[in-house]
Amino acid sequence: MLDCGLDMTSTLNFLPLPLVQSPRLSNLPGWSLKDGNAFLDKELKECSGHVFVDSVPEFCLPETELIDLSTVDVILISNYHCMMALPYITEHTGFTGTVYATEPTMQIGRLLMEELVNFIERVPKAQSASLWKNKDIQRLLPSPLKDAVEVSTWRRCYTMQEVNSALSKIQLVGYSQKIELFGAVQVTPLSSGYALGSSNWIIQSHYEKVSYVSGSSLLTTHPQPMDQASLKNSDVLVLTGLTQIPTANPDGMVGEFCSNLALTVRNGGNVLVPCYPSGVIYDLLECLYQYIDSAGLSNIPFYFISPVANSSLEFSQIFAEWLCHNKQSKVYLPEPPFPHAELIQTNKLKHYPSIHGDFSNDFRQPCVVFTGHPSLRFGDVVHFMELWGKSSLNTVIFTEPDFSYLEALAPYQPLAMKCIYCPIDTRLNFIQVSKLLKEVQPLHVVCPEQYTQPPPAQSHRMDLMIDCQPPAMSYRRAEVLALPFKRRYEKIEIMPELADSLVPMEIKPGISLATVSAVLHTKDNKHVLQPPPRPTQPPSSKKRKRVSEDVPDCKVLKPLLSGSIPVEQFVQTLEKHGFSDIKVEDTAKGHIVLLQEAETLIQIEEDSTHIICDNDETLRVRLRDLVLRFLQKF
Amino acid sequence: MDPECSKLLPALCAVLADPRQLVADDTCLEKLLDWFKTVMETESSLHLLQDHPCLMELLSHVLKTQDVSPRVLSFVLRLVGIFAAQEDCFQYLQGELLLGLFGETGALSWTAWNMPSVRSGWIQGLCSLAHHPSALHFLADSGAVDTIFALQGDPSLFVASAASQLLVHILALAMQGGASGSPISEAAAWPICAQKIVNHVEESLHSKATPQVTQALNVLTTTFGRCHSPWTGVLWGRLSPPVACLFERDPIPAVHSLMDLLLSVARSHVLNFAACGLWEMLAQTLSRLSPTQAGPLALGTLKLQHCPQELRTQAFGVLLQPLACILKATTQAPGPPGLLDGTAGSSLTVDALLSSKSACVGLLCQTLAHLEELQMLPQCPCPWPQVPLLGATVTILRLCDGSVDPSSSMGGRLCGTLGGCVRVQRAALDFLGTLSQGTSPLELVLEVFAVLLKTLESPESSPTVLKKAFQATLRWLQNSHKTPNCSDLSPDALLFLGELFPILQKRLCSPCWEVRDSALEFLTHLIRHWGGQADFREALHSSEVPTLARQLLQDPESYVRASAVGTAGQLSSRGLQATSASPENPLAQQGLLMDLMHILSTDSEGFPRRAVLRVFTEWLRDGHADVIRDTEWFVATVLQAVSRDLDWEVRMQGLELAQVFLIQAMGQPSLHCPYTVGLPEATSPRPHPEFLQTLCRLPLFEFAFCALLDCDRPVAQKACDLLLFLRDKTTHCSGPQEAGDSPNSASVEAVLQRWREGEQGQPLGDLEPEAMLAILRSLDLEGLQGKLAKSSDHVEKSPQSLLQDMLATVGILEENEADCY
Repeated sequence: MLDCGLDMTSTLNFLPLPLVQSPRLSNLPGWSLKDGNAFLDKELKECSGHVFVDSVPEFCLPETELIDLSTVDVILISNYHCMMALPYITEHTGFTGTVYATEPTMQIGRLLMEELVNFIERVPKAQSASLWKNKDIQRLLPSPLKDAVEVSTWRRCYTMQEVNSALSKIQLVGYSQKIELFGAVQVTPLSSGYALGSSNWIIQSHYEKVSYVSGSSLLTTHPQPMDQASLKNSDVLVLTGLTQIPTANPDGMVGEFCSNLALTVRNGGNVLVPCYPSGVIYDLLECLYQYIDSAGLSNIPFYFISPVANSSLEFSQIFAEWLCHNKQSKVYLPEPPFPHAELIQTNKLKHYPSIHGDFSNDFRQPCVVFTGHPSLRFGDVVHFMELWGKSSLNTVIFTEPDFSYLEALAPYQPLAMKCIYCPIDTRLNFIQVSKLLKEVQPLHVVCPEQYTQPPPAQSHRMDLMIDCQPPAMSYRRAEVLALPFKRRYEKIEIMPELADSLVPMEIKPGISLATVSAVLHTKDNKHVLQPPPRPTQPPSSKKRKRVSEDVPDCKVLKPLLSGSIPVEQFVQTLEKHGFSDIKVEDTAKGHIVLLQEAETLIQIEEDSTHIICDNDETLRVRLRDLVLRFLQKF
Repeated sequence: MDPECSKLLPALCAVLADPRQLVADDTCLEKLLDWFKTVMETESSLHLLQDHPCLMELLSHVLKTQDVSPRVLSFVLRLVGIFAAQEDCFQYLQGELLLGLFGETGALSWTAWNMPSVRSGWIQGLCSLAHHPSALHFLADSGAVDTIFALQGDPSLFVASAASQLLVHILALAMQGGASGSPISEAAAWPICAQKIVNHVEESLHSKATPQVTQALNVLTTTFGRCHSPWTGVLWGRLSPPVACLFERDPIPAVHSLMDLLLSVARSHVLNFAACGLWEMLAQTLSRLSPTQAGPLALGTLKLQHCPQELRTQAFGVLLQPLACILKATTQAPGPPGLLDGTAGSSLTVDALLSSKSACVGLLCQTLAHLEELQMLPQCPCPWPQVPLLGATVTILRLCDGSVDPSSSMGGRLCGTLGGCVRVQRAALDFLGTLSQGTSPLELVLEVFAVLLKTLESPESSPTVLKKAFQATLRWLQNSHKTPNCSDLSPDALLFLGELFPILQKRLCSPCWEVRDSALEFLTHLIRHWGGQADFREALHSSEVPTLARQLLQDPESYVRASAVGTAGQLSSRGLQATSASPENPLAQQGLLMDLMHILSTDSEGFPRRAVLRVFTEWLRDGHADVIRDTEWFVATVLQAVSRDLDWEVRMQGLELAQVFLIQAMGQPSLHCPYTVGLPEATSPRPHPEFLQTLCRLPLFEFAFCALLDCDRPVAQKACDLLLFLRDKTTHCSGPQEAGDSPNSASVEAVLQRWREGEQGQPLGDLEPEAMLAILRSLDLEGLQGKLAKSSDHVEKSPQSLLQDMLATVGILEENEADCY
């Protein structure tokens, strides 16, 4: 199984979980059907024309109907965002296999899960809505609830215990490490340049190679650069995880982020940045580190609030081998690879596990707050949205591309604060993909259907789709696709003692042949040729002897022939040996030599030679021997 | 030649002839040649050679041994050419020397011939000597012309180009000699030398090898560019058929040279174009070339003075074609009348636009640049298709920002090709700015404003694109609704500004300093133009722009600080400074004057300090309220800061400010123009004695005297002008005291003397105006002005100095050589 991401957009249908009692949210009117029927008003609330489920947020799990997940042997994880559904799979499906991931992926993935669990568990909600999920009722609901897919499979968040158990099934791997899977294939993670420890995977047998390219980046940010060379010569390249915002250039967005941040703060407003606790935030802090002095923002406090803020900032500093070259070399100076260490030292950046406790003592405005969750449905961000939403001096800047910012803001409407959308997605865009594919030249590309056509909103943008030759094979949700190659060869090992006994004959320069008699031993998808068993002992009974005579192995082998018969020379030889009146006819496949006097016909073709004569065995044998003169035997 | 140089010449010739002596610096030899050329302009070269036998010795020595360095060989070849330019000297040198240097057995047979500098020297030598009929005979007899033909294909581009130029020169000389009146209509009757060259060119035009064709075309292009005698018409008559044949080849060889030739011929005043079929040829060429190749030819054609209207229309069509394609690909339905009625050649343009990104970008950028150039010219086609051109330019910008919804598949592909293309955006914005000069319908103007807003707002816009967008915006604001005698902004422009200011706010906070800088410059222009208009003031005041601009006085980037100083100065001049001081910014609470004074005295970079002085000077000139409150204090404080400044431009600006101050108090400087009559001297008021006291107190005198001795010449010049002005204005002031009369002035003179000697720390002390005036009169300011007017190397520039330098350099080399042993 390649990755197991969690679709969190389902949470946008739910009301936010406030950290402190929010009169506004708790007083929202219940929703009733057009006919006035209000039986759903406890479950569904209305806010500024949108309807939300008033319940603990639920998540949309990976497809579980199509295959029995207990039969999955291996899960390959490409980055920490793509493992958020892991506990659902390892703990609830009978999964007994192994999960492979790099160390930073596992550690930061743990932080993301821990944050998620913490955000949801610390504001327990008694109410659990399920009535609305009834298919007959769902039909009656307004969009987007009406159109939500497979709501019956939506699940509440996992627990920390499940997270720990799931993570214990992960086997850590390093870049370029070769891992044998049951002798059948070898898998290798490669740096993908997107996030700390993010990987693309190569799955290869002796004769086939499949590359799985997930979230990758060619930009120079903090992770190790993408390893493109190892993706060359793939039979199939499975491509996914491209940028979600192909029209937004990350550099421009970072500039936009900084400008709006400075503008707000200079006017005395606060800036709220809903974000994940790892990833782009490192790059943003680095940009701000360079920018704040020049923008005269040195006195503005930056707060990073997350249950895992401390761990995230510290983890980033210790994964030196997974960082880009510049940052790696800093470690040897020795200096912390990320400048946020200095921001913390100089008190410009302060981090807190939550808004409770120390934070409320230190809190000073105007300020910039980085906090989760980007969906605005849970986490400390809910508090700041409620707190700052009423003033037009404040700004919320969206940098994570995973959620539609308008949908995220819907339960906070009407909103006076400014909203800026600066999605920073460093993953490959279509121009970069085209270049990559030209560089690595896979025989076939397999990708989601969405990548093979322009985005629906910009149907004329032919540049916003994958353009490769041959055209990419696309797949849709729950579609089964046969990869376009057949496994035709297997590698077989020959035991040394058997190899010793072989006597190869060179039949052409560079090509030698030898016959071999052996026993083929197959175990764990490995094939070994072993010496045949020794000849059986002389039989003691007649009955047994008869049995052993039936064994065809013991027959003397006829020599194998090779080579081709040069017709002209062959005719000359025939003449030398007294044959006359010889005629040669060319046929589609070769030649026919007619010995008219002897009423005999020799049919010479590429892979066969026939002597057709009328009951004259002596003649046939003579002719056969003449034919054999031109062929090699071994 | 002056006697000093004559004395030095033998030694120099000996050095040049000595192979062990290396002339290290090529420029010395160039200067030496220049000097000889100057001498030859007034003196006879024959006499010079006879008077200075060392020169002949040098020439003979080189001819005999050739063991000197290639650069000396090259020098000698060129020197001989300069001498032989005079016919009597040519006769004197003719024979062994000239043949030995320029003949077939001469330089060509030397080992050093493989050095490009020697070949170049040979060509330049010949070029110099080819100035009289004798030279023509020499060239014909010596076989030099054949060598020049060969040198046209020289691997060194300089040599090859010089060879072509020389051919043209010889051809012109030959024809000049032969043409005694009317042109010889029959080329067969031309001088032999000319015939040889023309035959060679004709043969080359028939050649299958493109380089040879190119050489021939280049020779012809130069000929028609330089020679405007009637014989050039005969020449074209003979060579136009082979030139026309070149267009029938596939591919057309040497396209660029061909176009140059056609345009060069078309610019000639001698030819009867209608008769010689040039217009037809141009028309055919325009229709045969690819759109990218045809663009420059079309522009060149449109620039021609006497071009038939039909051809102009065709050429303009070529330039419009790419934009017409853009419009066609993106417009739904037939829409408004397009750029072109005929679609001939459009498939070629479409192919060029779609073939590759680089081809598309190249063609569009070239077209936009050509049209921009054309619109500025007097030959600009009339009627100018303002509306479709504006529509096409806006569409291109929309294709670049991805906001266009194309109706065709070609439009879709263009969208992908041009998306985010900075080069095309820049070219389109430049052209858009130029298009603001025309009259456009309101709906299109609104579209222009919309696309400009989008570009200025987009996070994807690069700093250079933003700069161009700001420039274009300014031009459109100035020209959008031109009504006579009214510089007010139109209501649409005001609406636009309402949307623009929030964007400008964001740009002032950009992390990219170039963007902050261009935004400030743009803002300064806006305020300068419309700062007095009530609506504009209201729109500006309702934004945070003034506050943000003021904050940028502390920007870490010096260019931005400098621009911020300009903006703040302009805001303040117009009474538009930030009104509410934010508590975080103590700067805003103080007066801007103090902030600028602070920058002037503490900023580590020169640009902001210069900007401050420019603002201060403007404030002083315009009577800014903060300045006139206490002008004396203001001038004194500024001069005090400036006098210590290490940047000469700041000191210059300081003097400028002092001058403005003086003019305000004492009137304009009197004009010394001999043609101005009737300006009564009496109008200039006599300065009040108290004012002179003020000048001493400021201390303006001290500042000006100090600047007079400034090591930077422009500062000293400016100070000199200032003091002359002062002296002029104070002629009738005070008593009859002369310099040296008072002990006070003696001590000042002593200090000045010490300043001259480099000790500038000592102040002049408290001075009486009389003493100052006495010193002012005692100084030879006119003499000083004359000295300063000469360039700083006027002493070193003399030929004598050049010769001495060359000898001295060699002397040093000798010493070094001795050291080695």
